Amino acid sequence: MISQSEITETIRMIESEKLDIRTITLGISLRDCADSDGAVARRKIYDKITYCAKNLVRVGDEISIEYGIPIINKRIAVTPISIVAEPSGDENYVAFAQVIDQAAQAVGVNFIGGFTALVHKGFTKGDMRLMASIPEALATTERVCSSVNLATTKSGINMDAVKHMGEIIKETAFLTREKDSLGCAKLMVLTNAVEDNPFMAGAFHGPGEAECSINIGISGPGAVKAALEKVKDANFDTVAECVKKVAFKITRLGQLVAYEASKRLRVPFGIVDVSLAPTPAIGDSVARILEEMGLESFGAPGSTAALALLNDAVKKGGIMASSHVGGLSGAFIPVSEDEGIIAAVEKGALNIEKLEAMTCVCSVGLDMIAIAGDTSPETISAIIADEAAIGIINNKTTAVRIIPVWGKKVGEWAEFGGLLGRAPIMEVSKFSSRNFIQRGGRIPAPITSLKN
Amino acid sequence: MKAIVTVIGKDKVGIIAQVSTVLAENMVNILDISQTILQDYFTMIMLVDLSNMSISFSELHRRLEEKGETIGVQIKIQREEVFKAMHQI
Repeated sequence: MISQSEITETIRMIESEKLDIRTITLGISLRDCADSDGAVARRKIYDKITYCAKNLVRVGDEISIEYGIPIINKRIAVTPISIVAEPSGDENYVAFAQVIDQAAQAVGVNFIGGFTALVHKGFTKGDMRLMASIPEALATTERVCSSVNLATTKSGINMDAVKHMGEIIKETAFLTREKDSLGCAKLMVLTNAVEDNPFMAGAFHGPGEAECSINIGISGPGAVKAALEKVKDANFDTVAECVKKVAFKITRLGQLVAYEASKRLRVPFGIVDVSLAPTPAIGDSVARILEEMGLESFGAPGSTAALALLNDAVKKGGIMASSHVGGLSGAFIPVSEDEGIIAAVEKGALNIEKLEAMTCVCSVGLDMIAIAGDTSPETISAIIADEAAIGIINNKTTAVRIIPVWGKKVGEWAEFGGLLGRAPIMEVSKFSSRNFIQRGGRIPAPITSLKN
Repeated sequence: MKAIVTVIGKDKVGIIAQVSTVLAENMVNILDISQTILQDYFTMIMLVDLSNMSISFSELHRRLEEKGETIGVQIKIQREEVFKAMHQI
């Protein structure tokens, strides 16, 4: 029999430390839905998503009750729509976004990812049309998440795409200006995107994936912080060990849920994404873990080192606990979704430059950052270029999810609501990057890509 | 299928009796039971066998929760695999 202390530990982690399964994401290939007639393609897409995902929410809820673990989100990721819509010849893909939004609503999921283009080396016609449709697609749908991968270590950075994305983000911000430019919170610009990421907004079902797959995203910053509270004066060797042990336990739960979900939905198990994903709730913050390590505030000198330790120890703890660890796996630092990070910005302990440095060692990048609505598209593009450079040189996934909040200035707040949270408008450099961005072309792949 | 029932709350007369009654009514067999009282706080952990259970898991979950509300304690039931996965390799 399992010991009493082990049982109470598990219950405490779930009840008071907010350990949960953040998402069960069902990946669905839509490649067989392509058709020369856009309307036919969309009907096939709707039918396939609603058929494949019809039991997703029910099964998620059943598992949640039987195992006593909250499963916060059930979501869907589909094949990049740029690939599926391309054969239709349609000039505008907004109707495709709307149809996946309707399918998501029909099966009861809160987000569907895959309004995506993969343009790291160049554009096809479908890619161009999809990117041009992003602002309107995000303004006229509720659940659709969009992403564009514009750089990889193997191919370098597509600087034309970088330039376009600055403009697309600005236009999305304008079209969703009534809701504090919420559309931009559902748009991720990626470098070295992974094909099996279960977390939004960057989730899509990659072209190398199976027909369907189940990917699980777990989370538990509160459980890590609680464990660190018990080793207050210990050195970093102990801190790293402590994080690894918690990550191991959390990932074992994820693996169990993934296995059950895969069995009940009759869909192959893909990966468990071992991530510390914060929410705006108190006690669910990554920033507070760093502060528990001894920093007065998230953003203080030492934050990058602390985050590096955390990110690495989470992976090490998780890797043995699951047969397949994948996705982004690490620690997320989305500003508006973490009450500790918001507090750090508010008291002046954190700026974008420090966040950029921290993205070199976290699992993703500049995430959920609100900036002034009058920021130029070139400045946004240049921020994307910097983040892409970090990604390609360090051979890691990076992302930019930045929200130029229409009509708002530094010192004001953007309210996104729910899991997306609220964010103070952050200051960006006033110096121009216009001529740099206007060049276009490609930044070549780094020498580290030549491994063959 | 085995599950762990945990009961946490302020100690009072008849907690075990009432929880066991719900289990017995629904053909759930108790395999092991342990309890402690720490500063008036009652913690009971039961290992139960659900193989002959006469209702669904979610229904049992609901009835135990209801019972917990009536007697003023928190009752949880979770499949045993959760604890095994986290604490045993």
